Amino acid sequence: MMETIFGLDYPTLWFLVVGGLFSGYAILDGFDFGAGAWHLFFNKEESRRIALNAIGPVWDGNEVWLVIGGGALFAGFPVMYATLFSAMYVPFMLFLVFIIFRAVSIEFRSKEEMKWWRKSWDIAYSISSIMLPFLLGVVLGNVLQGLPLDNDFHYVGGPFFEFLNPYSLMVGVTTLALMMTHGAIYLLLKTEGRLYAKLTILLRNGIIFFIVTFTITTLYTLIYIPHLSDEFKNNPELFIVPVLMFLSIANIPRLAHKRKYGQAFLFSSITISLLLILVAIELYPTLLMSTLDPANSITVYNAASSEKSLGIMLTITAIGGPLVLIYMFFVYRTFRGKVKLDDTSY
Amino acid sequence: MEVEILARIQFAFTIAFHYIYPPLSIGLGLIMVIMEGLYIRTGNKEYETLARFWTKIFALTFGIGVATGIVMEFEFGTNWATYSRYVGDVFGSALAAEGIFAFALESGFLGVLLFGWNRVKPWVHMVSTVGVFLGSMFSAIWIVVANSWQQTPTGYHVVGEGMDARAEITDFWAMVFNPSSVDRVIHVWQGAFLAGAFLILSVHAYYLIRGRYVDISKKAFTIALAVATIFSLTQLVSGHSSANVVAEHQPAKLAAMEGHFEASAPADMYVFGWVDKENQKVIGLRVPGGLSFLLHNNFETPVTGLNAFPLDEQPGQVNAVFQFYHIMVAIGMFLIGLTLFASFMWWRKKLFETKWLLWVFVFSVILPQIANQAGWFAAEMGRQPWVVYGLLRTSDALSKTVTANQVLFSLILFMLIYALLLVLFLYLLNKKIKHGPYDEHNTETRPFQEEVSDALIN
Repeated sequence: MMETIFGLDYPTLWFLVVGGLFSGYAILDGFDFGAGAWHLFFNKEESRRIALNAIGPVWDGNEVWLVIGGGALFAGFPVMYATLFSAMYVPFMLFLVFIIFRAVSIEFRSKEEMKWWRKSWDIAYSISSIMLPFLLGVVLGNVLQGLPLDNDFHYVGGPFFEFLNPYSLMVGVTTLALMMTHGAIYLLLKTEGRLYAKLTILLRNGIIFFIVTFTITTLYTLIYIPHLSDEFKNNPELFIVPVLMFLSIANIPRLAHKRKYGQAFLFSSITISLLLILVAIELYPTLLMSTLDPANSITVYNAASSEKSLGIMLTITAIGGPLVLIYMFFVYRTFRGKVKLDDTSY
Repeated sequence: MEVEILARIQFAFTIAFHYIYPPLSIGLGLIMVIMEGLYIRTGNKEYETLARFWTKIFALTFGIGVATGIVMEFEFGTNWATYSRYVGDVFGSALAAEGIFAFALESGFLGVLLFGWNRVKPWVHMVSTVGVFLGSMFSAIWIVVANSWQQTPTGYHVVGEGMDARAEITDFWAMVFNPSSVDRVIHVWQGAFLAGAFLILSVHAYYLIRGRYVDISKKAFTIALAVATIFSLTQLVSGHSSANVVAEHQPAKLAAMEGHFEASAPADMYVFGWVDKENQKVIGLRVPGGLSFLLHNNFETPVTGLNAFPLDEQPGQVNAVFQFYHIMVAIGMFLIGLTLFASFMWWRKKLFETKWLLWVFVFSVILPQIANQAGWFAAEMGRQPWVVYGLLRTSDALSKTVTANQVLFSLILFMLIYALLLVLFLYLLNKKIKHGPYDEHNTETRPFQEEVSDALIN
């Protein structure tokens, strides 16, 4: 008999913790990826600096959520971590390359006055900000479809380009579109004047981009990957989740039109969370389906660490989680309002 | 080449590069806390200028540290999948604790530390500096605890057999306080303090030699010299106690460190030497029975040698372990001599006039870095052929599905990117040093005579 809290066993609880961390990561690093993806659309040097400094004090902290989320997956579901990362070798290595390039670009671009210097770093920054959410989406697409796993949960597919398939590419582009919408809203909260005016137009394009790609991906999922909607067929009450998600998405253009960007940001964040909740419902209790034999699939139970280990980790999370939220509140409160460049800026 | 050797080279390369930065962040963090604390206590603007200046350099090291650190976490999964499965249950709690307590503290307050100078009250800023510094210290704790568990595993049991075997945690505190963790955490912290202090000593020695920012540099140099002197001395103590733990729990590693082959005989200590593995001897300057004396206070007590272990349980690269260990010790001794002598000169009020000594400090910045790297290489190579001592072999820890081409491709990629990163880091560090501690915001406090001497130099 397994230990439970609120009727949920430890692996399920940890699944929720990991899901919560991934949501937090997607919302937080999502807006700074999105802001970066628009970077080359700003033409003036000052606009670029303002956009960069809008994320300046927080992007590093946001990336920490990746470290924590990855650590939580490693800690709670080592089998999943090992299989997923070694199977998705190429996309994860590319992800690392771009995350380094992006950090370096932010750090270095404003350190020299030369035009060529800033332009090169601007390009590196923007491309890496585009590629990072795209690659995360590609990995997510592969997880949703499942991978060829043998009965030791070892990946037996091709080593290099297996991960590039139409569905994963679609999920990648959709993720990018969502992050770009989310990032544009964030920038609108932090800017004024002409840059602000320009962003209102960019946001409109971003929303269209997202709605188109999202619709195509949804149709593709329903038609070609029907097993992902099984859970909803069996439990009709869960239908409320996609309904809420569509309402949340529809709310973004409505609020953007009224220039209520604070609320729009709330709803783009909620949309990201609901999408991940949808993914979680579709997958659970499976983490990674084997396309060879359903019996080879990795689930929260066969991948989980021991109950003892999960218990310790849940305790640590219960103590530390609120502390993290307090720091975050403190930091965002310190830097609230529009960006003003000063001598400590990038 | 084989996957194993490529994956090991990749890990060694990426971790060695990563490890240039976190020690600098920890060490600079300590001294920034001291500088800012002095500013708040005395209200002297010079300390604020110093704290702001070093915060900018700290930002550089921190940024590269985070980016190259994510690589390490991912590499466990991509290249060392079997290892990840094996240790996941045990490391899980250490990693969760690191993520939540340390890294979040560090990165949460980082924004305020770097960008909050003009936005928050001085004491709030001070709290943020302390938060970032403590975060980096905690981070070191959990990472070193995890590594120490690989050296001296406790608080676990093994479930499953063969390739399905994995360690499960049975006692969290026994895992955290495994026999080597406390000594090693302290040793790593102190190594980091020295790395940071010597960077500060180097830069301000350079300013003093050039006659720039003289008053402020004397203050900074004095603070960093105090830190360097204290911790190079205490480093000797924690190093000694670390060696005792190695002797007790990892005798094969200790034997490799001193090139001691005989299964059970009094062991010598070498000041320097070269291990001839074929003939099982060491050529070099030795203190007969020295190792026996250090461990047991008796020159005659036998020490377990390499031959007491089957060939497949001995470290493969005995000479490398020996050399790395001796480089670390030699540098440690030199740093003690250097800092004590400099402190003596400071006390006699001659330090800042002794140009040659300041030049020694300019170049000594590299020494703690080399010692830190060499220490880790000795520790990790000395643990071979195990990745978890006595439990899991490095050759079994690999990802089964990853191919040599994949590892080679990513290794080349990392080498190119890290080379670029290093060049940029040095370039920007150099630029900041040339620019000096004074900015637009504090020109009014900038002493007049220094502008004159700047003008003369430029």
